[in-house]
Amino acid sequence: MSFNKTTVQDIAWLARLAIDDQSIAGYEKDLTDILALVERMKKVNTADIQPLAHPLEIDTQLRPDAVTEENQRDDFQKIAPAITDGHYLVPKFVE
Amino acid sequence: MQWEPVIGLEIHVQLATKSKIFSGAANRFGAAANTQACAVDLGLPGALPVTNEAVLRMAVKFGLAVDATIAKRSVFARKNYFYPDLPKGYQISQYELPIVHDGRIRIELRDGAVKEVGITRAHLEEDAGKSMHEDFPGFTGIDLNRAGTPLIEIVSEPDMRAAGEAVAYMKKIHSLVRYLEISDGNMQEGSFRCDANVSIRPKGETKLGTRTETKNINSFRFVEQAINYEIHRQIAVVEAGNEVFQETLLFDPVKNETRPMRSKEEANDYRYFPDPDLPPVVIDNAYIETIRAQLPELPEQKRRRFMDDFGLSEYDSSYLTASKDTADYFETAVAATKGEAKLIANWIMSELSAALNRDNIDINVARVTAEMLAGLVNRIADNTVSNKIARQVFGAMWRGEGSADDIIEKQGLKQVTDTGEIEKSVDEVIAESGAQLEQYRNAPPEKQGKLVGYFVGQVMKKSRGKANPKQVNQLLSAKLKNLGRG
Repeated sequence: MSFNKTTVQDIAWLARLAIDDQSIAGYEKDLTDILALVERMKKVNTADIQPLAHPLEIDTQLRPDAVTEENQRDDFQKIAPAITDGHYLVPKFVE
Repeated sequence: MQWEPVIGLEIHVQLATKSKIFSGAANRFGAAANTQACAVDLGLPGALPVTNEAVLRMAVKFGLAVDATIAKRSVFARKNYFYPDLPKGYQISQYELPIVHDGRIRIELRDGAVKEVGITRAHLEEDAGKSMHEDFPGFTGIDLNRAGTPLIEIVSEPDMRAAGEAVAYMKKIHSLVRYLEISDGNMQEGSFRCDANVSIRPKGETKLGTRTETKNINSFRFVEQAINYEIHRQIAVVEAGNEVFQETLLFDPVKNETRPMRSKEEANDYRYFPDPDLPPVVIDNAYIETIRAQLPELPEQKRRRFMDDFGLSEYDSSYLTASKDTADYFETAVAATKGEAKLIANWIMSELSAALNRDNIDINVARVTAEMLAGLVNRIADNTVSNKIARQVFGAMWRGEGSADDIIEKQGLKQVTDTGEIEKSVDEVIAESGAQLEQYRNAPPEKQGKLVGYFVGQVMKKSRGKANPKQVNQLLSAKLKNLGRG
């Protein structure tokens, strides 16, 4: 599989990345190269190998179900650009 | 052409934990905006998630209850999308390796038939925040208290063939999570909500048609309405020679219709990948078996036990075990009587359920408690009051006038069983009813029995319903028989 301009733009949109038109050709090449590497890796026989979910050989640590956090709303909202009645405000959007 | 609807449900259940799935912030409904959103829930840089043990336990409990496979190794994944109430830009969910898969549950249909619905998977994930579009002119207000609330998403196989089946399935899952005490199931507060996948195909076809997904339905009635609307819409589209598009819809209960939510051009590509912040969840057999041993009695087992131990019919047992609250009410009430299971069952299914429906309240907050109902049933069982008077007492208890004994005492409703007193009333009635007595005398014997009814009614009226009807009948029959000969 190779990338064209549209797929690069689609992926940039999914990640909400603003890329300028001049750099698209470069991304096309880089992404196509990455997929070429994936194609090479696919040829390796991995029949008996469990997929890697995490690079460290550890299991998840669990915590007991207890409330340990206090209300710090005022501190957190100091960095918010706009708040009203304890709500964070964002430009209006409706589904 | 005959069309066959194919329906699958995705049910989101909020888990009733004290704290959130990945943080120590409180998981409680109704707090002031953003007072229960900590650094992890806000996705602040440097904050790391740590999984809540209770969440894992609840998911395993559910899996065991639906006879599913519990994954010894499951993996949290990031589901990436941008939305203002999702601060991290991804939702932590499970994708390729969910904690629960391949289960099944039995549902009872309206015609009494039983059907098995497959459960493809049930995975753990975090809820998003809430967007308020109304109260902030020109803006949307974001409350992140709900962000990080633990959810289990239960995905069914496309096994249902009618809206009614989907409702029966949803009710069954709702009852089950309440039995398991893993969720409060409160639909008004969003603790239990569902997405419905609907497609149609010509009857006899085995391939699936293109499906639509109707999102976030939060009542049993709306699920039925939304699915029926969607089935009819799709049939109309296909019969007009057009194609059904795969799209996400919202149900509008006011207009009773579905409408597109996201356009297909923006079809989401969630780019799932294992969350590097959370190593795989690994559990062993011992863990699973410990939880199995702690499972409460499930609806199906309870239903059988009610039939075996209390001698109830299958219908009564199903009714009483459909919700845990009703089953608990029944058992508490029976325990406070001398084994009057059938009487208690009848009162729950008739008078109590009518009163609950009328006032639209739940049985666990009924104004007549299980102990109060038992008090009334005890007075029926020992002949203190007749069934008719008991209904009057029940009404008074419901209005908050006290216990059955208080009301019977205060209002003088005690049944009259003193033969002398009843006999006095009987004699009075016979003396006052010359015309009817004449009629009785002239009637052929086979018609006389029917005419006794008039006299019984008069005696009961005289005693304001308190005379023991059985004694009244016996006395009257004997006396009239004698007079009839005269």
